Amino acid sequence: MSRKKILEVKDLETSFFTDDGRIAAVDHISFSVEEGEILAIVGESGCGKSVTSLSIMGLVPSPPGKITAGEILLDGQNLATLSEKEMRQIRGKDVAMIFQEPMTSLNPLFTIGNQMMEAIQIHNKTWTKKQAKERAIEMMKLVGLPRAEELFKEYPHQLSGGMRQRVMIAMALVCDPKVLIADEPTTALDVTIQAQILKLMKDLNIRLQTAVLLITHDLGVVAETCERVIVMYAGQIVEQAPVQEIFKNPQHPYTKGLIQSVPDMRYKKDALYSIPGNVPKPGSIQKGCRFAPRCEYAFPRCSEENPELYSKTKAHTARCFLLDSENEVVLHAEMGGQVNGERIAES
Amino acid sequence: MSEIASKTSINLAQEDQVVGPWKEAWRSFRKNKSALVGTAIVIFFVLLAILGPFIAPQGINDQNLSQRLLPPSSEFWFGTDDLGRDIFSRILHGARISLTVGFFAVVISAAAGSFLGIIAGYYGKWIDTIISRIFDIMLAFPSILLAIAVVSILGPSLRNALIAIAIINIPNFGRLIRSRVLSIKEEEYIHAAKAIGMKNARILWRHILPNSMTPVIVQGTLAIATAIIEAAALGFLGLGAEAPQPEWGKMLADARIFLLNAPWAMIFPGLAIMLTVVGFNLMGDGLRDALDPKMKS
Repeated sequence: MSRKKILEVKDLETSFFTDDGRIAAVDHISFSVEEGEILAIVGESGCGKSVTSLSIMGLVPSPPGKITAGEILLDGQNLATLSEKEMRQIRGKDVAMIFQEPMTSLNPLFTIGNQMMEAIQIHNKTWTKKQAKERAIEMMKLVGLPRAEELFKEYPHQLSGGMRQRVMIAMALVCDPKVLIADEPTTALDVTIQAQILKLMKDLNIRLQTAVLLITHDLGVVAETCERVIVMYAGQIVEQAPVQEIFKNPQHPYTKGLIQSVPDMRYKKDALYSIPGNVPKPGSIQKGCRFAPRCEYAFPRCSEENPELYSKTKAHTARCFLLDSENEVVLHAEMGGQVNGERIAES
Repeated sequence: MSEIASKTSINLAQEDQVVGPWKEAWRSFRKNKSALVGTAIVIFFVLLAILGPFIAPQGINDQNLSQRLLPPSSEFWFGTDDLGRDIFSRILHGARISLTVGFFAVVISAAAGSFLGIIAGYYGKWIDTIISRIFDIMLAFPSILLAIAVVSILGPSLRNALIAIAIINIPNFGRLIRSRVLSIKEEEYIHAAKAIGMKNARILWRHILPNSMTPVIVQGTLAIATAIIEAAALGFLGLGAEAPQPEWGKMLADARIFLLNAPWAMIFPGLAIMLTVVGFNLMGDGLRDALDPKMKS
């Protein structure tokens, strides 16, 4: 279990400076990705997942965005302090990224091969065209693209969405990055293709030992691919646990809400569960727990103090007072003897 | 019969497989009749411009005062002017002048405008503010007035008219490209290019520039038409081509005093201007239909 931590994010804060003042889209989050692991970051839109991934890539639109605190350690090197020029050497070579929309991720004017070779030659300047071409075709075969040699000469519009996402994956992995960030890689694809792409990513993760940081809002995707899960809410990490733990024994009410809102084939329900309310707008965050206004378990303390991350087990933490041992006594009295543990377990 | 049919369908299928974006545009252009007519006219005038001096029946400046202001005849197809010069021969030579001015003025302004527009659109901030305000100021003047101002600073000559026309067209191209770049730089393939570690300059020239070129091609074709008219207007005002040069606008101006006695001296240069402009406009419209991504499904 004690694998090397390849990517460590420590106390990262990314803020946007707007006319209404400074807004922290990512608010002091810390996590790490171990060698060869798939870590998922889950959350609704607007919770800071994408800004986290862009911060790691050094691609936060600036202005108005900026990393205002914390460290991003890739193999011990702090990416947050690198210049744009130094960061360019890292991008694509040590950390690569694939995006949500494969239909528009390729330049429509150039052939697949042309773009693959470009990706290779940016970081391998001494390579000849022939070497680059061989490598490109090898990667295209690796990601399961049929008739790679022909596809090499084709234009993006001749490929389906699933094929283009495979090309994007091949392009991202072409320089053997240590970490691959996949920002909603399957959201724009239809369900059968989603499954294929996820399987491919899992296979490649095992074969190449590339660590993957998977950003998604889809818990189904998480269940299929990941080892550990981070749940984000309003710029903060609210729960962190191994994947089985999250589904079997979710601690944070928000995580529970997310799991409940996944459609389940086994039960016939009239309406799908949804968490009432919306993610608070960045900037409108008040004191207390950020989830309190939408939380069915909220009690007075929740709107007074911001909870820290409490540990359930060593690998499982959640930002909720329900896990605070001091709280248990208070709650016990207030709720007429109902222990919080039972309330959590009942869902 | 069916064999032929199946063969052609196979050929079509093969053709389908290798279609790049340019080939696709050519296919749709080919179907557009008025665009083809426009292209034919343009090609016709380009040929005249190249071959004109060789096929002209008379010398352009051969004066024959005994044959002044003759109506069109088998000897002088378009008649003669007040100095007895053959109008047909002069129009043939004029094609070279008008097309050269139109073409180079547009190439210069498209290059300068694209460069400024791309920089303004991609880098934004104060660079954008400065460039865009300069464009705004230039567009605040009626373009022909601005051209007259430029020529009066540089002095009247064909070359200076060309420069003036190039300058006044810069903001049109600049704005066009800038808005195009603004939308393209948010495209996902640009983000993807950044994510593989590509330099800004490379992203600009390799990914943004080629993708912003289609409106420039369309605008460029249409702008040649305007530039030809502007050159003729400057010539007409005596600010462009100088005395013996057979520039169409200048020919119009010289012939206007004889409008009632010798209308052919004005009609034919006018027709030549009109036809060229129509040709470029039809071709430009066809190009727009073929290249504009919004019109494509």
